[in-house]
Parts: sequence; C-alpha cells; structure tokens
Amino acid sequence: MGARVGEKTVRFDMPPNILGFSSVVGKDEKNGPYGACFDITFEDSLWGEKTYELAERKMQLKAVETAIEKSGLKAGDIHILIGGDLLNQIISSGFVARQMGIPFIGLYGACSTMSDSLLIGAMSVDGGFAEHVVCAPSSHFATAERQFRNPLELGTPKTPTAQNTATAAGAVVLSAQRGQYPSVISATPGRVVDFGINDVNNMGAAMAPAAAETIITHLEDIGQRPEYYDAIITGDLGIFGSKLLIKYASELGWDLSGVHRDCGMMLYGDNEKMHCGGSGCGCSASMLNGFFLPEMIKGNFKRILFVATGALHSPTSALQGETIPCIAHAIAIEMGCSI
Amino acid sequence: MNYLWAFIIGGLICRGGQILLSKTSMTPARILVLFVTAGVVLTALGLYEPLVKLGGAGAQVPLTGFGYALAKGAFKGVNESGLLGALSGGVKGTAAGIASAVIFGYLIALIFTPKTKK
Amino acid sequence: MDIKKHIEETNYQNYVKQSMPKSHLLKECVMAFIVGGLICVLGEALNDLGEMVFRLDEDGVNAFRSAVLIFLGALFTGIGIYDVLGRFAGAGSIVPITGFANSIVSPALEYKWEGYVLGVGAKLFTIAGPVLVYGISSSIIVGVIYYIIGVV
Repeated sequence: MGARVGEKTVRFDMPPNILGFSSVVGKDEKNGPYGACFDITFEDSLWGEKTYELAERKMQLKAVETAIEKSGLKAGDIHILIGGDLLNQIISSGFVARQMGIPFIGLYGACSTMSDSLLIGAMSVDGGFAEHVVCAPSSHFATAERQFRNPLELGTPKTPTAQNTATAAGAVVLSAQRGQYPSVISATPGRVVDFGINDVNNMGAAMAPAAAETIITHLEDIGQRPEYYDAIITGDLGIFGSKLLIKYASELGWDLSGVHRDCGMMLYGDNEKMHCGGSGCGCSASMLNGFFLPEMIKGNFKRILFVATGALHSPTSALQGETIPCIAHAIAIEMGCSI
Repeated sequence: MNYLWAFIIGGLICRGGQILLSKTSMTPARILVLFVTAGVVLTALGLYEPLVKLGGAGAQVPLTGFGYALAKGAFKGVNESGLLGALSGGVKGTAAGIASAVIFGYLIALIFTPKTKK
Repeated sequence: MDIKKHIEETNYQNYVKQSMPKSHLLKECVMAFIVGGLICVLGEALNDLGEMVFRLDEDGVNAFRSAVLIFLGALFTGIGIYDVLGRFAGAGSIVPITGFANSIVSPALEYKWEGYVLGVGAKLFTIAGPVLVYGISSSIIVGVIYYIIGVV
C-alpha cells in the first residue's frame, strides 16, 4: 500500500500500470496539429445521434470500450469505472456506466477529471481494492456551451481570453498487472484555491494559481527540480493561463519554462478562432492518451507530471457573484519502472 | 441622403453598444435591456425624437428604437384614454414587433436545428 | 509553502486585468458601425417600400419594418448564419432588432430536444424576456408620469 511523502503527496508501492488508453475526438480536434494521434475521430458533432448529449455519451462509451479492448481485457474484468464530465449530474458518465454494467464511481472535477479519476483509480488499485480500473472523462463543445454559456446560434462575440471546450473523450485502464507499461508513481491531490477571478471567459487566469500550487507542492514533496520530469503537463490553462503559471512559478524560484506543456495550447495549435486554446475534461484526456502516453511508450518521454486543472464554478454561482474556485491534481507517470 | 443618415445614426448607436461590450463585462442580454430602457427614457425626455427625424430607420431599428416605440405608444395611449392608456399604449405601439418575434421565433425553431461551427 | 501569500501580495486580480490579451477596440467598433449601419439602411429601405409601394401609414410602416427585420433575423439564425455574423460584427448585429430576433430563436432552437412546450415554448424568451420586462415596465412608468404631469 502507498505511503505519504512530504506535505500532500501519495507515493504508490506497487505503481498501477496503464494497460490501455484511448482517445476519441471531434472534427476541430482532428484538424488540429495532433489530429493524427487520436484513436477515433468523427466529423459531425452529432455523430449520427439525435442530440449532442447522446453524442457525448457515445464518445465516452467508445473511449471506454476502446481502452478496455486495447489493454486486452473484457468489460467483465474491470472492477470499477470512474467517470466524469461537465454536464449537470454528470449524465454522460452515468449513462455510459448504465450501459457498461461496471461498478461506477462518478466524479465532478470539471476539467480536472482526468487527473482526478487517475488519482482515485491509482489509489484503488494500489490499495488492493481493485484489479483493473477504468478512468473516463469526456466533454463536448455543444453540450458545454449550453451548460455554461450561450445557445449555439446566439450571435455573441467571444472575448480574447475565451477558450473552446474540446469535443473529446479519453479512457485509461489502470491495473495491478505487472509488465512494461507507463505507471502511476505518485500523485498530489490539490487544494481548491480562489484568487478572486470572476470572469468566466478567463478560466486560464483563474486556474493558473491552482496549477502553480499543486506543481510546486509536488516538487517540494518529492524533493526534485522541474527538470526531473521530461514534461510537466497542465490541462487547459490556455495561452494566457500558461503565461501566468510560468511567471508566478518563476517568481517563487521554480523555472517551469523548459518543461511545461499545456494541452489547451497544444490541441488546436495556432488556430486563432480558438482564442486562448482548448478546455474541458476531454482536452487534457485526449492529449494525454493521444500524444503523451504513446510518446512514453516510444521512449521519447521517461517521466511526466500530468496536472489537469479544473474550475469548480457553476452558472448559478457565477450569476450570484461568486468568484471561480479552482483545483489541480498532479499525477506522476513513469515509463517501465514496475517490477 | 436618408440612407446615409440611417447608416450613420444606426452605425453610431451600434458602436456605442460595442464600446460597452468590449470595455465592460456586460453581457449582450444586459446591453439589450439597457438600450431598450435608454430608448424609453430618452424618448420621454424628448431627446430621441430628433434622432428618429434625422436618421429614420437608423434610430428605429436599434433596440433603442424599440424603446422609442414603447414610450411613444404609452404617450399616445395616455392622450387617447388617460391613465389606462399608459398600461396598454406601449404594447399596442410595438404589438407587431412582439407578435412577429413570437411567431417567427417559434416557426423557425420548429424548422431548423442548432449547429456547431467554427 | 508561501505560494498563496505570494500570489495575494502581488495583487493577482489587478495583474491579470492588466496583462490579459485585449480585444482590438477600434477594429471591433468599425465592424459594429458598418454592420449595424447596414442593417439600419435595410430598415430604411423597408420604410420606403412600405410607404411608397404598399402605401402604409406611419404605424403600418413601423409594423411592416419590424416584422420583416425580425423575420430575417430569425431566418438567418435558423440557417446558422447569424452567429457567424455576430462573431465579427459584435454589437453591430446584437443591438438592431434582428439581434433581438436572434436572441429569441437561438435558445428556442437549442432546447428543441427538451420538447415543444417546456423546450421551445419556455425558452423563447430566456434572453429576450428581460428586454420586454424592462422595456414595457419603463414605458408604463413614463406613461403614468406623463399622465400625472398632464393632470397637474
């Protein structure tokens, strides 16, 4: 069983292995610079379904099925399905679990759901409570727009700091099975922090301090410098949020500029229409599963720190004048160190 | 000449909205509310009528023009039927706009579906 | 661990406000001016059409112009053009009455899948409702004031 290291970090004794992983993305993500990396892509946002909610559900379902298949397991082998999305009552995940028939734990971590679920999944596996666990977050541009912003056809301009919710899903199979796989070495759960940003079109700025705090806490806890990792990957800070992260971390004596990557900045490349970049649970999930994990298996990265970030507000809290509370969890993944 | 004035007055009113949109964190819904209320108040103060005389549709088409029609209707109602006219006049003056918004909005929503696009 | 203290001391909110990417105000204003102006020119043409061709009186012209513009705003929303226009025209397509039509049709379309009564019917006025509430209420208030002044 794992042990605590430093102030907040958990280190796993038998690091859970990432047996299989998958990514499913929509058209804009497919047309981005990493379009060729993803397992399944589709053109039409409805993906042959009647509603966008059904399309999101289908994405998450395909992601879960593909990840299980790629890991050589069957749905019946999975002990726990850990899912989450951005919709009210996380309906995408709940309905996918209904279809899969796997014991289900639903999470709401906003866009941090990928690291959220990996954290809990790794703890379950390392603790011996589950043999195989699937972690599966998803997000869809059209469902998130209506949940958090405006109707699709409303003619409102986007502000320059706005980010685009990714139409994407990803799934990761964590397992106690041994072998040469990327494995989850340690994890640092983040605190909810809020520095008074209330502009819901400026999520990157709201989330940057959460990312900074979690990354620095993690590095202090394990006693390493940023260069220890080949990449420190934030979820969806976007262009502006990433700038803030680098600035504040360096003011505190941590130079992240060499190793920092941001999934939100990577997903759409230089597409100006996406303003500050991508966001949403699916953004970090698809980049982790489509790019970073395959690169680890190829041997291009040995060690990464995956820090998906989330904003825990709701349209109601925003209307009531609340600022945006944010969270980030760090997951350290290392290639082939398992016994 | 009428068209030029319509273009200038209409353009200037929209530009005013754009400044609010860009410089403050006002949402479009709030700007619409502000404009319609401003139209009512300016009309009541007699400041909007000259703009309509000069700009025609340039002052009638922006939402301030909707406020203008509401206020003018209310005054007309009061002139014709006293206090009750204040209640009915505004809606009477804009009835065609409101009713067509309801019916066209409904019909269009029946026919089309929303699309994602970039 | 003094991250929190550090960020607080550096006055995070102000720094964010200063350094965040800004929109091009001039460019946006020009776009809003042109698009808004053109929609008004269309309105003026409709005025002339109503007056000269259909021989309508002043009230008739106003009703005709509003109805046609609202129809066009609704139609362009339905075929998915109005939001594209709005993205670069900003207030130029929000402030004219066509934008009012857009704000009625877009939520109704969006909630079509939730049914025709609680979906389309209920959502028609989610954004435009406040416009009517404040517009009509303020017209009643100025009407009452006008009445009182007249009596006195």
